[in-house]
Amino acid sequence: MSHDMSENLPEAHDASHGTDVATHGDPFADPGLPAHEPRRTDIDERAAQRAERQVSLMFVVSMLATVGFIASYASIDADKIVYIFPLGHVSALNFALGMTLGVALFCIGAGAVHWARTLMSDHELPAERHPIEADDDVRNDVIEQFKTGAAESGFGRRKLIRNTLFGSLALVPLSGVVLLRDLGPLPEKKLLHTGWVEAEPSKPLRLVNMNTDQPMKAEDIVQGSLTFAKPEGLEESDEDFQQQIAKDALMLVRIAPEDIKDAKSRDKGFEGILAYSKICTHVGCPISLYEQQTHHALCPCHQSTFDLADGARVIFGPAGHPLPQLKITTDEQGFLVATGDFDEPVGPSYWERPR
Amino acid sequence: MKKLSARRRHPLAAVVVLLLALAATGGLYAAFAPAEKAQADSSAQSLAIDEGRKLFAVGCSSCHGLNGQGTSDGPSLVGVGSAAVDFQVGTGRMPAQQPGAQVPRKKVIYTQAETDQLAAFVASLGPGPVTPDSKQYEPSSDPVTNAEQVAKGGELFRTNCAQCHNFNGKGGALTNGKYAPSLEGVDSKHIYEAMQTGPQNMPSFPDTTMPEEQKREIVAFVRSTNDEPNPGGLTLGSLGPVTEGLFGWIFGLGTLILVAIWVAAHTTKAKKS
Repeated sequence: MSHDMSENLPEAHDASHGTDVATHGDPFADPGLPAHEPRRTDIDERAAQRAERQVSLMFVVSMLATVGFIASYASIDADKIVYIFPLGHVSALNFALGMTLGVALFCIGAGAVHWARTLMSDHELPAERHPIEADDDVRNDVIEQFKTGAAESGFGRRKLIRNTLFGSLALVPLSGVVLLRDLGPLPEKKLLHTGWVEAEPSKPLRLVNMNTDQPMKAEDIVQGSLTFAKPEGLEESDEDFQQQIAKDALMLVRIAPEDIKDAKSRDKGFEGILAYSKICTHVGCPISLYEQQTHHALCPCHQSTFDLADGARVIFGPAGHPLPQLKITTDEQGFLVATGDFDEPVGPSYWERPR
Repeated sequence: MKKLSARRRHPLAAVVVLLLALAATGGLYAAFAPAEKAQADSSAQSLAIDEGRKLFAVGCSSCHGLNGQGTSDGPSLVGVGSAAVDFQVGTGRMPAQQPGAQVPRKKVIYTQAETDQLAAFVASLGPGPVTPDSKQYEPSSDPVTNAEQVAKGGELFRTNCAQCHNFNGKGGALTNGKYAPSLEGVDSKHIYEAMQTGPQNMPSFPDTTMPEEQKREIVAFVRSTNDEPNPGGLTLGSLGPVTEGLFGWIFGLGTLILVAIWVAAHTTKAKKS
C-alpha cells in the first residue's frame, strides 16, 4: 500500500462520526450500530479503478473461455484420448469443453462477486424487527367491518344460500379426484398371473434357458450353479417380451435335497432343483445375487435377502413376503417343465393381492 | 489243534489245503500287483501327481486333510477338478490367510508349475472341471469376430454376471461382508475357470447351461471393458449414482459453501494501518 490514503478515512474528517453511546456506566445499554467503515475503493479512486479493471478482466477471461469452448468443440476430435495427470486417460474433447465452460461460468460469477464487494454502493441498512400484529385500532376496525358485512349479506339468516355454498365448495375437489382416473386403466387380473399360466398338467410348459434358448434337462443343472429361464414360446422378438419377462423370469438353483429346510419347497422342486421367481417382492427389481454356499439371494436395490434353502423366506430387508416358487417336474423326454402358474402373484405387494 | 491234526488224513483235506493256497495266492496278488503297476508308471502325469501330493501335504493338508478329503476347517477337494485349483491357487486365494466371510485375492505364492502339480494331484482325487487351454478362453484376435464376441458377451454379462459384478465388472457388495470382486485385471483364464467352477459363493455356470463359446464371449466383453478408456476422467469407481451423488454433495456443495464463507469472511473494509 504505497499510496497514502489515511487522509481519506472518515476519522480524519469527522472524529464524532458514529454512535459513541456511553456504555461505561451501564453494561446492558444498547451499544448502537458500529461505525461505518468505508471500503478502500470508496476512498481511493485508484483502488476503485483497479477493481474495475479486475472485474472487466474476469469478464474478458469468461468471453475468451467461451470462444475457447466453441473452438474446441469445432476442432477437437471426439475420439481423441489424452493423459492428464490426476484424471488418467480422458477424452480430450470432454476435458476441453468442461474446462472452458467451467472457466467461463466461474469468471462471470467471480467478477460479479468482486464487483458487488468493491464497487457497488456500500450503504448499511439496519432492518429492525417489530411485532408483526397490527395495532388495536386497526384490528377493532377490521372486526367491525367483518361483522357489518356478515349482517348485510344475511349469511346467517339465509340458510339455503349458506348450505348450498358449503355443498358446492365441498364437491369442487371431486373433479380433481376424477382426473386420477387418467392413471388407469386398472390392471384387472394381469398382476395375478404370469406367462406360466398357460402351463397345465395335461399340457406342461418347458423351461427354456435364457442363455441358449434351449430347453433344459435336470442333469444340466448342477449343484451350486445358477441358471435363468423363461417359458417356452416367449421369444425376445415378441413385441411384449419385456412386459412378459418382467413377470415370467425364473432363477433355477440346485440344492442338495437334505439341505432344503422347507418340505413344501422341496416338493415343488425336482430332485433339489428349485425354480424361484426372479422378481423381488419388495418393488420388483430382478434379484439374482445368489450365494451358492449360503443359498441366500440378495436384491441389489434395497438389500432384501431371501433364503432359497428355506422356501425363499425373507431373512433381511424390506421385502414383505417370500419369493414365489414355481412347481416344476420333468416330461417324458426328461426336459424340465412347469405344470401350472405360480401359486401367488409375483412381484411387489398390492392391495388386492391374495395372501 | 488236536481236532485239526486228527482230521489231516481226511479225504477232503487235500481239497481244503488247495483252496487255502489258492486264496492266499490270489489275495497276495491283489494286495501287491496294483502297487507294482503304479511304481512302474513313470509318465509325466503321475510324476506331476506325485510332486503335487508332496506340495499338498505341506501347503494344503492342514485344512483339506492329507488326502484332500476335507476337515472341519476346509471343504473336501474330491471332484473339484484341476480348474478350481488353478483358479484358487493361481489368483492367490489359496492358501487362505485366515477364516472369514470371504477369502480375498492375494499375492500368488506358488509358481505356475507348482500350481499345475497341485492341480494334477487334486484332479486325481476325482473327476471335475479340467483347466481350460487358451483356445477355450482367449477371445478371437480378429477384430470383426472379436467385436461380435464383445457384443454377445455384453448381453450375456448383463443377464448372468452384472447383478453381482456390476454392469462393467467393478464388483459389488453381498451379504455379511462377502463381496463380488472387481474383474479388472483378472486373467482371462481365471475368469473362465471362475464361471466353470463357481469359487466360494459364486454360482457356477457349467457348460450344460452356458456353453464354452458363451463363456469365451463373456471373457471378450470383460477384456473390452477393462481396456476401454474413460472419456469423463474420474470414474468414482464406476458404481453409478451412489458415488457420483456423494461426490457431488461433499465436494461440489462443499466447495460452494467454502467459497461462500470465504466471500463473506474477507471484508473489503479499509483499515487504518
